[in-house]
Amino acid sequence: MSHSGAPAGAAPEHGPDAGGAPAFARAASVTPLLLLDGLSHRFGRVEALRGAALTVRPGTVHALLGENGAGKSTLMRAAFGLLQPDRGELRWKGAPHRLASPAAALRLGIGMVHQHFTLVPAMTVAENVALGGHGRFDPAQAAARVREVATRAGLTLDPDARVGTLPVGAQQRCEIVKALARDVELLILDEPTAVLAPGEAAELLAWVRRYADAGNAVVLITHKLRDALAVADDVTVLHRGRTVLTTRAADSSQEALAAAMIGDAATGHGNTGPATTGHADTGRADTADTVGTSSAGPVATGRVVLALDGVSVRDARGVLLLREVTLTVRAGEIVGVAAVEGAGQHQLLRVLAGRMDASSGRVQRPARVGFVPEDRHRDALLLDAPLFENAALRGAGARRGRMPWAALRAHTSALLARHDVRAPHAAVSARTLSGGNQQKFVLGRELADEPEALVVENPSRGLDFMATAAVQSALRAARDGGTAVVVYSSDLDEVLLLADRVVVMYAGQLIEVARTREAAGRAMLGSAR
Amino acid sequence: MRGSARALAQLGIVLLAGLALLSLLLVATGHAVGPALAALVRGAFGSSYAITSATIVRMIPLGFAGLAVSLAFRAGILNIGAEGQLLMGAAAAAALAVPLAAAPAAVGIPLLLTGGAVAGATWAAVAALLRLRFGVLEVISTIMLNFVAQYLTGWLVRGPLQEPTRVNPQSASLPSALQLPVLLEGTRLHVGVLLLVVVAFATWWWLTHTASGFRVRAVGMNEAAARSAGDVAVGRTIAGAFVLSGLLAGLGGAVEYTGITYALYENFSPGYGYTAIAVALLARLHPLGVLGTALLFGALEAGANAMQRDAGVPSVVVSVVEAVLILLIVGADRWSDRLSARAEAAT
Repeated sequence: MSHSGAPAGAAPEHGPDAGGAPAFARAASVTPLLLLDGLSHRFGRVEALRGAALTVRPGTVHALLGENGAGKSTLMRAAFGLLQPDRGELRWKGAPHRLASPAAALRLGIGMVHQHFTLVPAMTVAENVALGGHGRFDPAQAAARVREVATRAGLTLDPDARVGTLPVGAQQRCEIVKALARDVELLILDEPTAVLAPGEAAELLAWVRRYADAGNAVVLITHKLRDALAVADDVTVLHRGRTVLTTRAADSSQEALAAAMIGDAATGHGNTGPATTGHADTGRADTADTVGTSSAGPVATGRVVLALDGVSVRDARGVLLLREVTLTVRAGEIVGVAAVEGAGQHQLLRVLAGRMDASSGRVQRPARVGFVPEDRHRDALLLDAPLFENAALRGAGARRGRMPWAALRAHTSALLARHDVRAPHAAVSARTLSGGNQQKFVLGRELADEPEALVVENPSRGLDFMATAAVQSALRAARDGGTAVVVYSSDLDEVLLLADRVVVMYAGQLIEVARTREAAGRAMLGSAR
Repeated sequence: MRGSARALAQLGIVLLAGLALLSLLLVATGHAVGPALAALVRGAFGSSYAITSATIVRMIPLGFAGLAVSLAFRAGILNIGAEGQLLMGAAAAAALAVPLAAAPAAVGIPLLLTGGAVAGATWAAVAALLRLRFGVLEVISTIMLNFVAQYLTGWLVRGPLQEPTRVNPQSASLPSALQLPVLLEGTRLHVGVLLLVVVAFATWWWLTHTASGFRVRAVGMNEAAARSAGDVAVGRTIAGAFVLSGLLAGLGGAVEYTGITYALYENFSPGYGYTAIAVALLARLHPLGVLGTALLFGALEAGANAMQRDAGVPSVVVSVVEAVLILLIVGADRWSDRLSARAEAAT
């Protein structure tokens, strides 16, 4: 809204040749259109970016790759003025800038299309495009503007159609036209093909290519290697907030990119350096040491506790989210699930935990299954209720008669002691606990009635090093106690660290892979077959 | 403990603000503040007759409706329909009084009260069904059902339930055998007040000490967690709480009919069901707290009448203060939430 905070031509802080551009940029003879260097940003305890860099040359498509949480979106949000990085430099056509808002980015010529559209469904295409403009609104003029921009860009779009009635592909074209109508030269597309059918995706990528060939530039945020190699000129790979690889697409291969994305030190660079001091990193520092010991876990000889046989799940629209998944989990083993976002792991875990029904196929599940969902505030806790009520929540659906509060309080106090939950007493509200203690509490609650199976989703999300270690050792203790454990983590290292066996979800299908980073990483990105 | 002390302090601040606003409104409308406030206090607490026959008499329907609103809000149901549920409870009792006219009190009174409660529950069940089947927001449906109940009552007292002479738009007078016994000779205080206290304690005990009450609270606090972690049948829990809420309001209507008015007429309720929202919120949805806040609002309404009579101040002034009290309570809650969130972020 406010344009006063961000002068369009933000005064250069130092001359255009003061900073040290990365070697890659210097090697390119032309002045880069956009140069980001040394960008760091923290969200609370989480370091989302740690000196990330990106150089976009004019007339190119630049693919920005990385796993979930690698920092792709954060980096581009910084480039679009949606967040102000703690440190780092942004140069537009060689001149340094500080972007206080998306309006400032648009004035420079940087536009962004978000993964989740920001359109008003009840308005027409023309009205949506005109939104954010100034002065009088003239419907005819707005429609003419949309027609002009769309024709020039080679996109088919009816300016008078109501956005809510348009298919997703057309809504996306509307978003693109909205950005182009502001005369942008650089278009950032966040996972543009994620919402599209295969045919539409191919069409969009072809348009991206043409648009760049016309002298503009596109940054394509994606985790699909095929998309990246198909249209991109340059590729940058982020891993845990750092740029680990920058290369010409022509000089690279799916294998090399996959290795960099999953943080393979042999291919990437700079991601295992001694400068890793953040919580998350210290958490991983023991990876190499502990993998050895955890592999000594019991070989799967227990009886089968959880079994899926040809299980499929469809959503309300009939889209297949799980495709004929077959999996057995035995007592006393940890099965680790690895996957990129939206590959069906969400549904797999809920079917296993009995929180979602399969559309078809057979499910064998014991009576008692513990479930630790990734969003504990939403799905696991009554934040304003005392801990003993939170403990009583497990099994509350089947309970009859009076609540034995005295016994439940005692039970909760014992739970707090057993799982080292730091809380003054059982009557404090769940909200007052730190994230790590909340997670230990939830895990302890789910384990309290000694379930035969335990399903855990992103067990250490948002936790610091100590809490992560505690949660992981609790999971191992449950395994050693004979529980059948299934763990999904968006962090492949955590999966490898905990799992006795590793399975990978890709596009709703499940395959078992060797317990190595390479095998899992390739399968996660769908390049195993 | 610290939390409840803070809640009490907050209540005090809100009430002081309400008093200040009332004084301001009196000045603005050209009334002398002192005599007006004196009339208000005298009308509410000035004599034993004022207490028993004005204040407590109004506290009873406000209390039942307040319990109804508290219970619903605890379950996360925004039941704005206590007014309509209360009216339907009274209407059902008035309808049952026709066939039961000759019944002895021991049979007749329980039947009238039960009939009123069932009617209130049924009225709420309509909104519950609309929400769970068709996703209709209960805020909308219950408000609309209030109008339906209002006009239905109007039709009943001009049609099927009109008194035998067919002159006045009201039902026949309730036979004295079916009227709730008066507690104190010479006053209007009836046994409904005892019933209210018993029901308030029962509601509190049920919410805090039973598994089904715990499920209602859990669903109200976090539906997703109740479903995922507690395996609670959320839809069934919401339906149950909604119907129970309507039952309490309907019972309140039947008690008002058998205890005070002895007849059904169009303006049977002077907005008890709406004031009950303030009663419930000010009590922080605690059933026992409702007894206190219902007494407070009963006193305000009784005092407002006296103020109008003795000092010539329109009683709507008090209605304005009541409305502002609701806004103050909600605002204070948000504000303290923000403060505690900020304190959390700072650690």
